Amino acid sequence: MLTYVIKRVLQSALVLLIVGLVAFSMFRFVGDPIDNLLGQERTDADIARLRVELGLDQPFPVQYYKFLEGAVQGDFGVSYRQGRPVGEILLERAPATLELAAVSGFLAISIGIGLGVFTAIRKDGFLANAIMSISLIGVSLPTFLIGILLIYVFAVELGWLPSFGRGDVVQFGWWSTGLLTASGLKAIVLPAITLGLYQMTLIMRLVRSEMLEVLRQDYVRFARARGLKARTVNFRHALKNTLVPVITVTGLQLGSIIAFAIITETVFQWPGVGLLFINAIQFVDIPVMAAYLMLISVMFVAINLIVDLLYFAIDPRLRTDGKGAH
Amino acid sequence: MSDQTSTAPQSRLAQAWDSDFAYSFRRSPVAVVSFLVVMLLVLSAIFAPLIAPYDPFDPASLDLMNGFTAPMAANDFTGDTFWLGTDDQGRDVFSTILYGMRISLFVGFSAVLFAMVLGITLGLIAGYVGGWVETLIMRAADVQLTFPAILVAMLIFGIAKGITPIEHQDTMAIWVLILAIGLSDWVQFARVVRGATLVEKDKEYVQAARMMGRGRGIIMLRHILPNVLSPVLVIATISLALAIIAEATLSFLGVGAPPTQPSLGTLIRIGQQFLFSGEWWILLFPSATLLALALSVNLLGDWLRDALNPRLQ
Repeated sequence: MLTYVIKRVLQSALVLLIVGLVAFSMFRFVGDPIDNLLGQERTDADIARLRVELGLDQPFPVQYYKFLEGAVQGDFGVSYRQGRPVGEILLERAPATLELAAVSGFLAISIGIGLGVFTAIRKDGFLANAIMSISLIGVSLPTFLIGILLIYVFAVELGWLPSFGRGDVVQFGWWSTGLLTASGLKAIVLPAITLGLYQMTLIMRLVRSEMLEVLRQDYVRFARARGLKARTVNFRHALKNTLVPVITVTGLQLGSIIAFAIITETVFQWPGVGLLFINAIQFVDIPVMAAYLMLISVMFVAINLIVDLLYFAIDPRLRTDGKGAH
Repeated sequence: MSDQTSTAPQSRLAQAWDSDFAYSFRRSPVAVVSFLVVMLLVLSAIFAPLIAPYDPFDPASLDLMNGFTAPMAANDFTGDTFWLGTDDQGRDVFSTILYGMRISLFVGFSAVLFAMVLGITLGLIAGYVGGWVETLIMRAADVQLTFPAILVAMLIFGIAKGITPIEHQDTMAIWVLILAIGLSDWVQFARVVRGATLVEKDKEYVQAARMMGRGRGIIMLRHILPNVLSPVLVIATISLALAIIAEATLSFLGVGAPPTQPSLGTLIRIGQQFLFSGEWWILLFPSATLLALALSVNLLGDWLRDALNPRLQ
C-alpha cells in the first residue's frame, strides 16, 4: 500500500510540474504584455522601463525559475488589466467561489443521496418515476440555461430572489462571507442550485442504481428476515455499502463544481474566481489565466489523490496488502 | 432451405431496411422522433439561405424601426410582422436562429471530426506500436482527463486568442473554437481505439497481414481501423451533443463565436440582456432550439449505444 501511495504522490507532482510548464509558457510566449499594458500613446522609454519592471529582459531559464519561485509563494505577477498583484486579486475573490461551491456541494450531496434512496426504495412509485424522468431532462440542460430559467422564474416573474451579485457580505480578516446576512443568504440560493443541479442528478442516479444492486443482496434479505425496521435496513445495511462509488464520483465532481462555477458565476455575475477567469480570457490577461490554471490544477490533483487514498479508508478489503485483495 | 431459394436477390437498400440495426431503429419511437428532429434541424440549417425570410447579416435589409417586434404581431412603426419577433437591431429572430444553428452545427461537427481523427490516430499508434510512444500518449490523456473538457477548451481558446493578432480575432474565432473543443475531446476516442486495437492486433488476420510483409501504417489503416470503428461511432454521436453544448456555453460566456457570426450560444447571450425588459422571445426561441438539438442528438446517441451493444441484443 505504501508503494502505491508513494507512486500516486509522485504522479501528482509530475502532473503539477507539467501544468506549471504550460502555465509558464503561456506567460512567456502568448501575446506581448507590453502591448497589453501600454496604450497607443507609448514611448520607447516607457516600453524599456516596463520591460525591466516585469523582468522580461532576463533570459528564459531565469524567468522560469522566478516564475516557479513566485508561484510556490503565491506570487503570480501583476494582472495586465487591473495593474494589481494577481495573488491579491485571487485571495479577494476566492471566498465567494469557495462558499458557492461548498453550498452547492452540500445541496448536491444531501438532496442527491436522499432522492437516490427514495427512488430506489419506491422503485415503481409514481413520484419516483417522475423524479427520474425530470432528472433526465436536467442532465441534458446546459448549466447556463438552467441559470437563466431560474432567474426568469424566481427573479423576474416571482421577484423572490435576487438575480445577480452576492448581497451584503461580512468581513473576517481576508475572508468575506455572505452566509451571515439575510441578503447574502438570499443571493446564494439560485447560483448554488444552478451549480449543484447536475451533480445532484448524477449522485441521485448513482445512489439509486447502487442501492437497487445492494437491496437484492442476501444480507439485506437476511436483515429483513430478522425483523429489523425498514429504515434500519435501508440506511444502516444498504446505504452504507453503496457509498464507495458515491464518494469516488462525488470527490471527482468537486473539481468540476469549481470549473463549472465559471459558468454559474457569469450567469449570476457572482464576484468569484471563475468570473475573474472569464474576464481574463476575454482580455487575454495572461498572468490571471496562468495563476488560475495553477490554482485549479493543484486543487484537482489534490482531490484526485485524496479520493484515491480514501478508498483505503472506506473499503477494508483494499487495505490487506497487494495481491490477496482481489 | 426453402426460403433461401424463394427470396429474390435484394437491392442493397432493401437489405439495409431488413437488417437488425434498421429493425431496432424502427421499433424505437424515441430514436425515430429524435432522428427526425435532428434531420429537420440540420436540413434547415444547411438550407438557411433559402428558408430564412431575411438575411440577418445584410445591413441593408435591416430596419432599426423594426426592433423589438413581438412574435406574430405587427410592428408599431412599419407594420411588418415576424414569426418569432425581432431583436434590438430589428433582426428577424427566426432567421438569426437558422443562421446561428448553422454555425453551432458547423462548429460541433468540425470539432468532433477533428477530435475523432486525432483520437483515432493517437489511439491506433498507442495500441499498435506500444512502448514509450504508448506511455507518452496515454499519460498525456490521463493528465488531460483530470480537467473538465470545458475548462481545457476555455484555456485553449484564451491562449489562441492571445496568439492571433487583434485584427484577425473575429474571423479566426470560429476556427479557434473548433480547435479548442476538438482538442478538449480527443481523449475518449484515443482510449477506446487503443483498447480495441490491443484486442485486434493479436488476431490471426493481423498476423497474416504482417506475414505478408505489409507496412505498419497499412495494417493500422486498412486492417485494424475498420474493426474498431463501431464504438467510435457511438462516442462520436454523444460527443456531438457535448460539443454543441460546449460551443453554446463558450459563446454564451463571450469566449466563443463573435457577435458578427452569432451561434445559438451568442444569441442566448444577447437575449439574456432583455430578460428583465420583457422581450422574452429574443431569449426563448434560441434556447428552445439549442435544447431540442442537444436533447435529440443525446437521445439518438443513447439509442445507438444500446443498438450497437452486442450484449443487449
